[in-house]
Amino acid sequence: MKKIADTGNEQNSFTFCVGPVHPALKEPLQFTFKIEGERVKKVDFMLSHVHRGIEWMGTRRNPIQIIYLAERICGICNISHPFAFCRAVESVAGIEVPPRAEYIRTINAELERIHSHLLWAGIAAHELGFDSVLHYILKARERVLDIIEYITGNRITKGIMMIGGVRRDISKKQYRKIIEAMEYYKKQVKKISDILLKDHVVKARTINTGILSKADAIKLCAVGPTARASGVKRDVRQDEPYAAYKYLDVEAITPATIGKETRGDVYDRTLVRLAEIRQSVNIIVECLKSMPEGKIAYEDKIPKLLAELKSVEGEGIGRHEAPRGEVLHYIKLIGNETLFSWKVRAPTYANLLSWVPMLLGAQIADIPIIAASTDPCLSCTNRAVITKHGKHVVIDHEALHELSVKKTLALRKVKHD
Amino acid sequence: MLKDILDSFKRELGEKIIEARIEEKVKGEKRLWLVVRKDSFKRVVKHLFLAYPNTRFAVASGYDADTHITLIYHFFVSLEGKAGDASVNIKVDVPKNNPVLPTITDIVPGALISERELQEMLGVKIKDIPDPRRIFLSNDFPKGIYPWRRDEYGPERIVRDLHRGDKE
Repeated sequence: MKKIADTGNEQNSFTFCVGPVHPALKEPLQFTFKIEGERVKKVDFMLSHVHRGIEWMGTRRNPIQIIYLAERICGICNISHPFAFCRAVESVAGIEVPPRAEYIRTINAELERIHSHLLWAGIAAHELGFDSVLHYILKARERVLDIIEYITGNRITKGIMMIGGVRRDISKKQYRKIIEAMEYYKKQVKKISDILLKDHVVKARTINTGILSKADAIKLCAVGPTARASGVKRDVRQDEPYAAYKYLDVEAITPATIGKETRGDVYDRTLVRLAEIRQSVNIIVECLKSMPEGKIAYEDKIPKLLAELKSVEGEGIGRHEAPRGEVLHYIKLIGNETLFSWKVRAPTYANLLSWVPMLLGAQIADIPIIAASTDPCLSCTNRAVITKHGKHVVIDHEALHELSVKKTLALRKVKHD
Repeated sequence: MLKDILDSFKRELGEKIIEARIEEKVKGEKRLWLVVRKDSFKRVVKHLFLAYPNTRFAVASGYDADTHITLIYHFFVSLEGKAGDASVNIKVDVPKNNPVLPTITDIVPGALISERELQEMLGVKIKDIPDPRRIFLSNDFPKGIYPWRRDEYGPERIVRDLHRGDKE
């Protein structure tokens, strides 16, 4: 285990390692904290546990094969990565996407945002010790997964993106079921908001916990709900309107736009994400209303498309607002069958450094909820190590989780007394 | 709007900018690509942040271009009003025998992860980087091998010999 250079008093501080198992989402990430008493004094992290070399693999495949590889970068963002990649290729080749395909892409992307944010809300409730809320939210999330299956054929890794369009149309008959589901979510989000935003104990755990100031968010290049909750009004859908967003006028949601005070804490991140679910619901309904008829792809015949891409030269970037923030793909084509260079910047990559100001000064029991509040997306493991006076004490994820639950229970007791 | 950004660079840096091109192939996309000289790279980045305080660093990418290594720093400039984002991509070539580039973390602290990644993936040396450790490669990954390189320092040999496992 790595020892952190000492800055404070050796007797009063000890090193506390969390991971490679993530304390929150069971992702393989190792945190090393320097603790004095109950407070975090220094934060360090290591991410090298699951680097899979996907970009390297990509430079040995043709652009169509990469769509499916990009889809497997992340289990949740499996529209976001192919979306950004397709936009990058379209930007290099100058391909115009038919309007109907743009709407279908948007609907799929927004459905993904709904299910990702609901999953996050469930996990956040779990980290705070409200497992009944977790089960309630995950039950509500099933409906959106059913809708995704209904229109694409799969719950995850949908295989619907294609360079220059999409692979499956949404038929008129399917509209009713989607709109019904959206009505259901309007009600559900209200209920979930009541639980997560109005409950006294949840508020006591989340307000003023894990604060990221606006200046820090800008300085550390944070993206997505993490940045927006700190008052940074940035959203790719607003700043570079693409797909159907250019017909819709989407506005980035910050606590200020919904009339709340901006603190940049865990509570604000919850607030922004729940508001974004409502926004996604509205976007989907709007899209279904105004979707034009027409082609769904620039070119139906894949071999023909591939042959065309073979002669393309140049470089380009593609962006998309994924549930966690901006995803960016850079590609370089040199008139070859395969890609010359491919770089993927997932949103968590940009949000990593924001953990440091959030976790400094926090209590050990707050680590899980703060780490989870940025909705990190890396991968998984399950172990934590404490080093105290040179001796290693291994505590697992469950024990750390228990600490968090205990804090909630203690707070609840105080409220009842 | 992109032209304004380009003009401001040309005024400030003159012939230090080797190549500049504006790309707006797809509707709504504004992309500016600049190729700058290695010795003036930091000045270019400084100028970008001075002239456009609403600039955000996105990521740095790079590739092995046979005779040299090309690094690309991707930035986004928020334009005024409803004009949206303009993407400014600064490309710089570094020679393979002396691949050194100054850090920009004093201007954008958020660039640290990207700089650490460039060091381990391309074997570039970032001068004055606050934290030179690896970030995405594990500590037991062989030293002197850089995954994004296409020459003898690339990972081809490791991949070819994968079947041998840990046995020597």
